[in-house]
Amino acid sequence: MNNWFNSAIERAATVNDWLAPQRQASLQLLQQTAWPTRKTEAWKYFPLRAIEDSSFTVSEHSENTIVDVIEGLDSIDLVFVDGRLVNDVEQLPAGLSVVSFAQLQASDALQADNAWAASVFTQVKPSRHVFGLVNDVLAHDGVLIDVAAGAEITAPIRIVNRVSAGVESHSRILVRLGAGAKAAVIEESLGDQTGFSTLFAEYSVGDDAALEHYRFAMQTGTALNIGGSHFKLANRSQLNSTLVGLGSKLSRLDVDVEHGGEFAFAKLNAIYMLADGDLFDLHSTIEHAKPNGTTEENVRGIVGDRSKAVFNGRIHIHRDAQKTLAELNNRNLLLSDRAEINTKPELEIYADDVKCAHGATVAEIDKQALYYLQSRGIGKGQAQVMLNFGFINELIDAMPNQILANWLRPQLRDRFAQMEVK
Amino acid sequence: MLSIKNLHANVEDKTILKGLSIEVKPGEVHAIMGPNGSGKSTMGYVLSGREGYTVTEGSASLDGVDLFELETEERARAGLFLAFQYPVEIPGVSNMEFLKAAVDVQRKARGEDELTSAEFLKLAKVACKQVNLPLAFLKRGVNEGFSGGEKKRNEIMQMLLLQPKLCILDETDSGLDIDALQVVAAGVNSQRSADRSFIVVTHYQRLLDYIKPDFVHVLSDGKIIRSGDASLALELEKQGYAWLTDQPESNVEA
Repeated sequence: MNNWFNSAIERAATVNDWLAPQRQASLQLLQQTAWPTRKTEAWKYFPLRAIEDSSFTVSEHSENTIVDVIEGLDSIDLVFVDGRLVNDVEQLPAGLSVVSFAQLQASDALQADNAWAASVFTQVKPSRHVFGLVNDVLAHDGVLIDVAAGAEITAPIRIVNRVSAGVESHSRILVRLGAGAKAAVIEESLGDQTGFSTLFAEYSVGDDAALEHYRFAMQTGTALNIGGSHFKLANRSQLNSTLVGLGSKLSRLDVDVEHGGEFAFAKLNAIYMLADGDLFDLHSTIEHAKPNGTTEENVRGIVGDRSKAVFNGRIHIHRDAQKTLAELNNRNLLLSDRAEINTKPELEIYADDVKCAHGATVAEIDKQALYYLQSRGIGKGQAQVMLNFGFINELIDAMPNQILANWLRPQLRDRFAQMEVK
Repeated sequence: MLSIKNLHANVEDKTILKGLSIEVKPGEVHAIMGPNGSGKSTMGYVLSGREGYTVTEGSASLDGVDLFELETEERARAGLFLAFQYPVEIPGVSNMEFLKAAVDVQRKARGEDELTSAEFLKLAKVACKQVNLPLAFLKRGVNEGFSGGEKKRNEIMQMLLLQPKLCILDETDSGLDIDALQVVAAGVNSQRSADRSFIVVTHYQRLLDYIKPDFVHVLSDGKIIRSGDASLALELEKQGYAWLTDQPESNVEA
């Protein structure tokens, strides 16, 4: 036990809001949970000391702030500052409802929302995530996003969470897509100061619904952030998710996908680009609980000098999940002898009629491609930069929303420019 | 322009070129033909400086500059261009980014300013049209998912943009249908000029119907065993190489 964890549990016991009944089970679990150490497999490479002995303030009120517009993107913006929603949500298209935790707290008239919140809250996210439990019991704000059956929301819903120095924040996103619904959700986190934030999102994707998802973990510097995006798919659900992690002093994401229906399709692309001294830890688990599901997971990272990347990707194919197609690939480029990658793809298969592949590589530059560029007069150094960035850019090109891709690309180029090969 | 003298080269300890000599003057088009494994592609790779290809003897100079003293990219900047038999696919690097980078470094090497994106796009559009590639190919990854013919046309487009002094076309006709062959040939012919030379490596006479060579050489077992004018290619088409390779050497300089 340690100061921070003790204080978190103490604080959790005093939370008494509309969600309190749902928080109880998590609190009990948390009380029985040991604080992770280096001997805890899931936290082996993630030194929690920076959190253990720290104390942060929790802001009671956040000022509104203006976030950078994404050029050409007509998005529905939800802005959080230090974990609290600060903007009013304007007119929403038909079929979309957005309600904040604060609104639910203030009104009794939202019983229906309360009921569906309870049906998603902690129901998608596995309870094994310690900080997920912390978020369950401490989340002080969040939103419920409900997309009605059959509704196609063309404007992406963009959730931005900006975290300030010295502040601790916990926020939650609950999303439900009704049968046949279509929507795009962007989770974007910002901040480069020493603040501690957890942001967990749970998505319940209905039959025949299609979710386009982005998680941009853009925190850098001394930011401490832990979070997760968790998905439950139903029959013929489609998930297309792109995750970007820049890495900071401590940065951790857990992604879970449960194929809870047949013929669901999940495409997960993830990119991490770590500059000097950063840590980024990505754990993903895909549960194929039902037959005929497909998962394509591509994870690529560039790891700069003295940085450390962790990837743990597990695909679990249950006994009944026949005819599953699953592919998991993790490729890494290390830019220095002092860069570190700990990668562990795991396939656990209990069905006998499945097609699965997994692999992890620590890649070197493709020599043929290098020669080809040089043969056109491009210098070796420049050619290496082009190829390294190309390695990441391939997944950016694959993003379904090209406006977002065009917004992201220069940011990642800038990031890459800070990561000189040593 | 290009002077290769007594060139010997190894690939992984195996000697492939065994005394290749060829002299290409400005404005000339030389065709090199020869059986499989005779060293035709190796010549291009050695001249461009591909890793794993070691020169053991002999020399090659372009406009008096010793090529073997230069890095691959410096040879390109000096005006050497190799159109690859198997162009490499580079996903994630757009054709546009690649072409602009290549044109910019070459302009810089010649002491010219880099082009703005708009200026470059204008040039690239013209080049694209000339080789009959849709403009969308500029946005795609370099050669990514291109058909064999599209890759070859992309090579010719690079040649059009880079304006090299000496172009080596390594079996640029292989895998091309007759329409693509004409596009490629027209691209090459449009670049023929008094100060630009070509070495056309091919298996077939067919390409030479469209790109008329001044000289034809037969490469066999790492050296030129016969040189002649365009009629030599027709003779090879009829008779194959056996009548040449069975005979004692007759190494004729062009």
